[in-house]
Amino acid sequence: MRRRIEKLIVFFCLFAVWQIIYKLKIWPPYLFPSPFEVFEALRAGFSDRTFLIGMGISMRRIAIGYGFSIVFGLLLGLLIAMNDFLENTIGSLVLSLQSLPSICWLPLAVLWFGLSENAILFVVIMGSLLAVTINTESGVRNVPKIYMLAGRNLGANGSRLFLHVLLPASLPYLISGLKQGWAFAWRSLISGEMIFVSLGLGHLLMMGRDLNDMSQVLAVMGLIMFLGYVVDRVFFVNVERHIRSRWGFAPTS
Amino acid sequence: MSDPEDYFLAPPTTFELPQFAELRQPKLRVVGVSREFATPNGAIVAALEHISLDVRPGEFLCIVGPSGCGKSTLLSLMAGLDKPTAGEIFLDGQRVDGPGAGLSVIFQELGLFPWLTVLQNVEFGLKMKGIERATRRRRAMEFLRLVHLSTFESSYIHQLSGGMKQRVALARSLATQPDVLFMDEPFAALDAQTRDLMHEELERVWKETRQTIVFVTHNVREAVRLGDRIMLLTFRPGRVKSVFPIILERPRHLEDADLAHTAREVLAQLKEEINKAVEEEYRHAAKD
Repeated sequence: MRRRIEKLIVFFCLFAVWQIIYKLKIWPPYLFPSPFEVFEALRAGFSDRTFLIGMGISMRRIAIGYGFSIVFGLLLGLLIAMNDFLENTIGSLVLSLQSLPSICWLPLAVLWFGLSENAILFVVIMGSLLAVTINTESGVRNVPKIYMLAGRNLGANGSRLFLHVLLPASLPYLISGLKQGWAFAWRSLISGEMIFVSLGLGHLLMMGRDLNDMSQVLAVMGLIMFLGYVVDRVFFVNVERHIRSRWGFAPTS
Repeated sequence: MSDPEDYFLAPPTTFELPQFAELRQPKLRVVGVSREFATPNGAIVAALEHISLDVRPGEFLCIVGPSGCGKSTLLSLMAGLDKPTAGEIFLDGQRVDGPGAGLSVIFQELGLFPWLTVLQNVEFGLKMKGIERATRRRRAMEFLRLVHLSTFESSYIHQLSGGMKQRVALARSLATQPDVLFMDEPFAALDAQTRDLMHEELERVWKETRQTIVFVTHNVREAVRLGDRIMLLTFRPGRVKSVFPIILERPRHLEDADLAHTAREVLAQLKEEINKAVEEEYRHAAKD
């Protein structure tokens, strides 16, 4: 409760400072709108449904792109972890590709797919797939040998050893891979959506710029922050807390 | 007693159990087993040489030796986790050529699964055998009761103390009802008090289940405290130096005078091997 009040007070103060700076007229209002103008832009965006449609379209894209990354990232990570040849070859390729910022895939995507839905999905997938792959791989490789030894000793072999020992033992890593993958996917999606009339949140952001409407830019930024935060809080934090309490990891306060 | 071969050929005269007749057939038979390893620079090092021994059904056999004598290697071989370079190992007359459900090992690190509850850990082996849910749950509970942990069935591993973890590992292995249970220095990391308790617990569980146990340790008093017999290995390469039948009455206590007396006898022989190990180390140090 106290922590909540602290939060509330600090945020209120930030808004107050914002409003004071606005009132001081250091910058012209079209470059530095007041918080009330931003709230007004938010309200307007929701009442004419452009924000709702934008959110819907962006969420659909991330569901497809991130979903693809989860499935294939996990598969690829498992394959690389369990095969020394793949680890030596594809493994190092994956590592070097991961150092590419996902926006680097954009020119390639536009040339291959044109200004299309597929170009955006491609960027989302390239942005998140490898993060999931790398974490899966290191998760599986870091499973303490003793678990495998104990599992085999208790009669687990082949697919059962995989399903009942290897997979649950690497779960904490897999979750952090999914979390990282989500963060990358979300960033890639917004940048990808900025390139053309794609109707998503990234597009709304660019539209604000084109119309010189700073309030809309800030409103959409707020929306992107909010959605990213909600997924992280509601989903990942709960899953991680659950795993922590089972495994007895020190709780991060 | 100095020649182990004589001892094995002679019928066991140490103590008489009601099921004496079936005791004549060894549970586990190790025949002339050697194990060599290749070092990184290509040399071949013999870890074990011509080891022969019989483990009788229901027996508690302790294997003792200086560090580096290959006792853990021997245990791996007997448990089917490793293959001998020469010689053969038989379980109930059947050749051992891989880890099997009949051979269960408790490692020093235990390897309890942190993602499962205590009960699910104990159930694990039964689940892998394909035993149906209700049956395996019932049997796992029986073994949890045996180690006095039934009230902790839904706890997770990190919530348990060191001794409790040991007992879960014991229950988990026993639940698969193995032919032979191998324990590789399981209590080495415990504090003295907990270790005392675990000795009592293990002795009681062993009596109640008549489980055949092969127990590896470097602690002579622990071996005398627990074993029906102690097999002493020489320093590298590991050979059988002597076999001591321990005829002390049970339940035993570490403070007992006759236990200490027996331990001193074993220790005297072990010291010779430890000295060899130390000499060898000095020789290596002098070379460098």
